Amino acid sequence: MDIKAIRGFALASVTGIATLMGSAAYAVEIEYWQYFFDARVDAMGQLIEKFEAANPDITVKMTHFPYADYRTKVAAAIPAGAGPDVVQLFYGWLNDYKEAQLIQPLPAETFPADKIEAEFFPMVAAMREGDQYWALPTAVRSLALFYNERLMEEAGVDSPPETLDELMEAARAMTKRDGAGNITQVGMTAGMTAQDHHWWREGLVRQFGGEPYLDDYKTVNYNTDAGRAALEYYAGLFSGDDAVSAIGFMDEPQAAFKAGRAGLHIDGSFRIGALEGTRGLKWGVTELPAGIDGVRSNYASYWVNAITSKAQGEKYDAAVKFMEYITSDEAMQLWLDVVGELPAKPSVGMTETNAQDPVFGPFIRGLEYAHTTKFVNESAQRQLMVEAVERMALQDMPLAESLTIAAEAEQKILDEYYKK
Amino acid sequence: MAVVEPIRPSSDALLKNTAPKKPANMGQIIRWTVLFLGGVLMVMPIAYMISTSLKWPHEVYNVNLIPDEPTIENYTYVLEDGRFYLWFVNSIIIATITTICNLLFDSLVGYTLCKFRFPGRYIIFIAILSTLMIPTEMLVIPWYLMSQQFGWLDSYWGIMFPGLMTAFGTFLMKQFFETVPDDFIEAARIDGLNELQIWWTVAMPLVKPALAALAIFVFLGNWTAFIWPLIVTNSVEMYTLPVGLSSFGDEADVAWELIMTGAAISTIPTLVVFLIFQRFIIRGVVMAGLKG
Amino acid sequence: MYRTLSIRQKQIVWAYGFLALPLLFYGIIRFYPTGNAILISFQNWNLLGDRTWAGLENYIKLWNDPVFWKVFANTFIYLLLGTPISLVLSFIIAYHLDQLRFLHGFLRMLYFLPFMTSAVAMAWVWRWFYQPVPTGLFNNFLAQMGVSQINFLNSTTNALPAVLAPAVWAGLGFQIIIFMAGLRAIPKSYYEAARIDGVGWWTILWEITLPLLKPTIVFIVVFSSIGFLRIFDHVFNMTTNNPGGPLNSTKPLVLMIYDTAFTGYDMGYAAAQTVVLFLVLLTVSLLQLRILRDR
Repeated sequence: MDIKAIRGFALASVTGIATLMGSAAYAVEIEYWQYFFDARVDAMGQLIEKFEAANPDITVKMTHFPYADYRTKVAAAIPAGAGPDVVQLFYGWLNDYKEAQLIQPLPAETFPADKIEAEFFPMVAAMREGDQYWALPTAVRSLALFYNERLMEEAGVDSPPETLDELMEAARAMTKRDGAGNITQVGMTAGMTAQDHHWWREGLVRQFGGEPYLDDYKTVNYNTDAGRAALEYYAGLFSGDDAVSAIGFMDEPQAAFKAGRAGLHIDGSFRIGALEGTRGLKWGVTELPAGIDGVRSNYASYWVNAITSKAQGEKYDAAVKFMEYITSDEAMQLWLDVVGELPAKPSVGMTETNAQDPVFGPFIRGLEYAHTTKFVNESAQRQLMVEAVERMALQDMPLAESLTIAAEAEQKILDEYYKK
Repeated sequence: MAVVEPIRPSSDALLKNTAPKKPANMGQIIRWTVLFLGGVLMVMPIAYMISTSLKWPHEVYNVNLIPDEPTIENYTYVLEDGRFYLWFVNSIIIATITTICNLLFDSLVGYTLCKFRFPGRYIIFIAILSTLMIPTEMLVIPWYLMSQQFGWLDSYWGIMFPGLMTAFGTFLMKQFFETVPDDFIEAARIDGLNELQIWWTVAMPLVKPALAALAIFVFLGNWTAFIWPLIVTNSVEMYTLPVGLSSFGDEADVAWELIMTGAAISTIPTLVVFLIFQRFIIRGVVMAGLKG
Repeated sequence: MYRTLSIRQKQIVWAYGFLALPLLFYGIIRFYPTGNAILISFQNWNLLGDRTWAGLENYIKLWNDPVFWKVFANTFIYLLLGTPISLVLSFIIAYHLDQLRFLHGFLRMLYFLPFMTSAVAMAWVWRWFYQPVPTGLFNNFLAQMGVSQINFLNSTTNALPAVLAPAVWAGLGFQIIIFMAGLRAIPKSYYEAARIDGVGWWTILWEITLPLLKPTIVFIVVFSSIGFLRIFDHVFNMTTNNPGGPLNSTKPLVLMIYDTAFTGYDMGYAAAQTVVLFLVLLTVSLLQLRILRDR
């Protein structure tokens, strides 16, 4: 081996060590957690790459977990100090995490509340408390009505339903029964366990002239004529001899639609990917049907990113920088391109091309009149709607009585939370 | 037990060795047929698992046992995913080491509690038994804090440590050591063996069927364990099979055909373990019988 | 030193020598967290904040919680249905299987296979079996027989047995193997003596087989009781969209604990439920051990 090579080698190792030590001394590593979903992991990977290029002193380590067990995992890890510095959460869980002190608010200097309120879709204001935001989304999502084109054609329904009455009519035409009267194909899926409780709360109740909650979602207000009318409409789907649906038909609403045994199905934009790959299913999507007098209403939701209480000192500063980047316009555009989720700022999302898109269009148009429920405990509050319907369907409880029980129980949950 | 009884050999051996070959009578035929039909019913859900793993996604929700267009696409997909092998190897390593530990320690503790007279015996037995009464779901948090403190997170040791000894195995072994006659042990003592030698060379061979059974149960229990491995692992490379399989589902959709495929493949090693040890159960019994 | 000890003392030394490492293990991995759980049950703790002293608050809340009483009753229904059904079924199968030679290993494998499968995958299959027509296997079968269909899972009365069935199904193979191992450990001279005396099979069963199987029976009864009182996986996976539903009719205690701890983050309340479960399990198993020992 000649001298040159040795020298070169020595030099290389010295520089190598120096670089290593340098990075050890200056680089901050923060950990980012989200649930596993190919496109999301891919998009976040690209964002991290760009962020690290712009901030060489910060590295971001992304970890992802199976969706179904994501919450359990986060709950065990953060308190032990082993969790992430920045975490992705469903907005409806935010209060749970806030209350458990698992996350900390974003600094007002970097994320001025008034500016955010002006720039983001109004529903993001649910993350605001006083002058601070607790978390921010990159993308948002809304509901729309999926329809099975083949079943509609078969039943002689010419165009997807535009109003609630048309929906019931179309669903009736597509419902099939066997000789014993058992439903073998539902006109419309039903099940509060999926997205229907959102449709009921923010869609139907408002369309029947009600206001589901008062005082900034601190008071339940659906135990009214409007609420009862909304629930009656919903119960009309699955009760009586001319039911167009059955609770728990094929286990899960989306399974029934995917298998081509349901004519209509209300779901979120995140379902598009799963339906696109299904062979033999010809489907389309339209805005949620309008109510009496053409009133439209929708429900929007989003996943937010938040800084956990574990991030302190320089990690906190790095986490703030990272949060700033992943809520930037650039990140939102990338998220739309890679994941197909709608940007959280109207300025980025509400372009003409997007609004006229045959698949994304109905969801984006829905955002204009969408509301976002401020849940204090999303799973518990959903469970109350599930049970309200179960009491009617399984125990023949009168509608008004069942709704009253749900309203009282939900008010109790809200009171317990807000009294603190 | 005062009289040393030869242990009855397995039914196979019994029929081979003692009973002259009799033509199968009507009763035996009926008995066999009924048990066979029952067995077929028992495996029906498993047949559906395999049938689903051979279906295309659009056919998954049709409940027909024979797929219209069978495909091995799902198997190719799962096996081409390099992570599957990692999860497989992780699960094998963890289940094997845990099984060996359980066989040693559970039988040692079970033997001690059964064959020694010492103060605190009953208390210790009840205390160990009582550890079964706390659901794992509740212990997960303290275990996690402990792993965090000692740096065991995301490691094999972290996944394994809670299960290295089980009250279940201890109790099983204790019950089986009850069938080992005290006279054998006394005789060995007189021969000058120390207690460790007696346990290992006299008592252990006599409970081989129980050891085989315990091996199967512990292996299976660790092979299908879900909550704790999920919580203690962070990186995809450290996942065990059940945790890995659950990542075939996501928010929008659960790919049941892939989960069924993974579940079907992951049943194979457990089947192998069972086939190995069930032979061992029989051989163990026969040997014990011949010695007696 | 060791040589001077009496035989009895030597035994004590050996016993504790053997038990030292296991006792250390149980102390750290099981008893310490258990003690901790008992302590937390008297506190309020949301996992991250400080633990604050709550006295009996969590227990009083439990006493006044109608869901708890429903869940408590469910847990005992799982026990009272599950244990006897699986005990009798597994004994009958093991007893007959033990006397068969033809394809014995194959038959045994058929019965054991369910025990080897993943609970998640199998719960999905069972959910499909229970569906109404047109997709549900059971209801399609009933429809073919001309019987009106049964609401298995979507019913407050049928759901619990429907959820229990796969749990019994999955555990049967385990009990059969244990019974067969027990049956073969019975000294064959007993049977020969009985045969020479010309005693009928019924008498042999009652006078020889069952009494000599007692350690096995104790084992199976205690463990399957503990298993059914701690039932979780099967319920959780069978009712995955509405855990413990409909209307809490299938919710067992462990599922309630899991919910309280991991979706409500109310560790104190979850710990109080755990303590109750602990006491129930301890009482039931001690009772069983006592009864089965005295008989």
